[in-house]
Amino acid sequence: MPSLMGILLKSLLVFPLVLGLLFSTQNYTPKQSSHFSPADTSQVPSSFGFGRLATQTEIDRIDIDVRPDGKGLPQGKGVAAKGKLIFATKCAACHGAGGIGGPNGSLVHSQVDPTKKRAEKTIGNYWPYATTVFDYIRRAMPFNAPGSLTNEEVYHLTAYLLSANQIIDSSFVVTPTTLPTVKMPAQPLFVPDDRKGGPVIK
Amino acid sequence: MKNKIIELTQRDTKISRRKLLGGAATAAVAIVQTAEGKNVQAALSQAQLLDDDPTKKLGTFPGKIGTRSSFEQLVKDPSETSSRSPLQDFYGIITPSDLHFERHHGGVPVIDPSKHELLIHGMVNKPMIFKVADLKRFPSVSRIAFLECSGNFRSGKETLRPQEICGLTSQSEWTGVKLSTIFREVGIKPTATWFLAEGGDAAVMTRSIPVKKGLDDVIIAYAQNGEALRPEQGYPIRLFVPGWEGNTNVKWLRRIELSDQPFMTREETSKYTEFVNGKVRQFSFDMDARSIITFPSYPQQVEKGWIEIRGIAWSGRGKVHKVEVSVDAGKSWQIANLQEPILDKAHTAFRYLWKWDGNATEIMSRVTDETGYTQPTLKQLVEARGESNGYHFNPITAWQIKPDGSVLFKPESFR
Repeated sequence: MPSLMGILLKSLLVFPLVLGLLFSTQNYTPKQSSHFSPADTSQVPSSFGFGRLATQTEIDRIDIDVRPDGKGLPQGKGVAAKGKLIFATKCAACHGAGGIGGPNGSLVHSQVDPTKKRAEKTIGNYWPYATTVFDYIRRAMPFNAPGSLTNEEVYHLTAYLLSANQIIDSSFVVTPTTLPTVKMPAQPLFVPDDRKGGPVIK
Repeated sequence: MKNKIIELTQRDTKISRRKLLGGAATAAVAIVQTAEGKNVQAALSQAQLLDDDPTKKLGTFPGKIGTRSSFEQLVKDPSETSSRSPLQDFYGIITPSDLHFERHHGGVPVIDPSKHELLIHGMVNKPMIFKVADLKRFPSVSRIAFLECSGNFRSGKETLRPQEICGLTSQSEWTGVKLSTIFREVGIKPTATWFLAEGGDAAVMTRSIPVKKGLDDVIIAYAQNGEALRPEQGYPIRLFVPGWEGNTNVKWLRRIELSDQPFMTREETSKYTEFVNGKVRQFSFDMDARSIITFPSYPQQVEKGWIEIRGIAWSGRGKVHKVEVSVDAGKSWQIANLQEPILDKAHTAFRYLWKWDGNATEIMSRVTDETGYTQPTLKQLVEARGESNGYHFNPITAWQIKPDGSVLFKPESFR
């Protein structure tokens, strides 16, 4: 049996060799933002083979997002008149009659309160994309019954909220084709953050 | 007196521990009283003998989980939408997991980890589904970093604690799999520039994040401070996006979709954006450098003499370079000591030894990060942005020290 001292001595001899191998075979410069050790990226297989392929049915079941170009909008259509009725029963308790002044915030742009520096943010004066209205209502509303609305109801509500904010005409039919064409008044205001650190306060 | 009690305890070693805790301890006092008379009784009551001296009472036995001392009353400060960390009660840089701040948009869901799945699809070669157990098989990483809500600012009155002023920041050691590892597994297309992260809560919350950040240091985290994530923190899996505004760190992660453009979700358009000089600034991902003195702070009391001023400083753009402290209302600044470790995108503890002369003054701290950015005053922020409301407010926080030793927040009028 090797003595304890023997093992210790061997370790001392081998350790610098291992260290040398680790650092000499790689031209690795750790990035400042990264905490991952150099060894972490070596000897990684092209695929681990964990997980499984997703079927189109599995994707469709939860792929509910809608992009500004309309990608993701389901079949259906909506008009403001029908949306107004749905809003009164399912939304007005939180967002106020006609979408103004509810406990969870106005959705419809109204007269600016002269005592306030800036008006409350609403779909009409702040939301940059009409598609987001559809996406968000379908995904998370009503607050106490999330995801309970049919696509048709969501289309009607979208039409109503855009119409009440005077962005579309009350006769406008919201469809997967027409919704992405709606121009929102606030859209030109949006600019991406360009700050990169450094001494400037912006 | 002590000897007598010890003798009695030794004599009764055969009785059960339970019996010893109850009957025998009382008997000890009775013997003491008989043997040594009224003097002892007058100097030390029976209640004091038993309750105040932990060496005279058998303690509790080892348990399955540890508990906080009943003398420590650490609680978050909940509202309908968030719950704030008690920064003034913390030591060091790790936030106890049960005191990590909360912010969610549809409540905390109950998710069975054996059923939970993560779908990754869109501009990928192989759309895939990973169970939580699959994700844990991949090479893992851990890092200590802060997580802060970009709406982390309050002011308005003197009786605010650090918890109310900026308690929407916390720090943990996060463990999980690098998103880049998963991106590699599914094979993301070179044209993919953004990805959508979606939560499996009632808000089914979504944010768009540049692929570049995803490849850099984003983690799909399944553990926090050595154990599985807390439900409030996204159990069983969440995105952890170091240094970026809290909202991008999507909890209860269920889906990632690769795309060549941002999705313009509700959170990144109508919510986590801010007016700046008449424009609306969007995708303000990095959390600006910030610091706060947590001791002394309201509602603590101080005494004349030596005071170690303590606090935390952090930056979403890198490491803390230096922290300066002023004890004369901002007229002069001195370098504070930084406590190791000074980590990238992490709360860093600082301290400054100060001899208070008992006169009224104001104390404050300001951090400079490794990009050369120095934490501004509220006035500087408002002037630079032309606005006084919105997200990403990180002003210098001042505490008023009153001659009676009371400490009050200094609210600045800026509206």
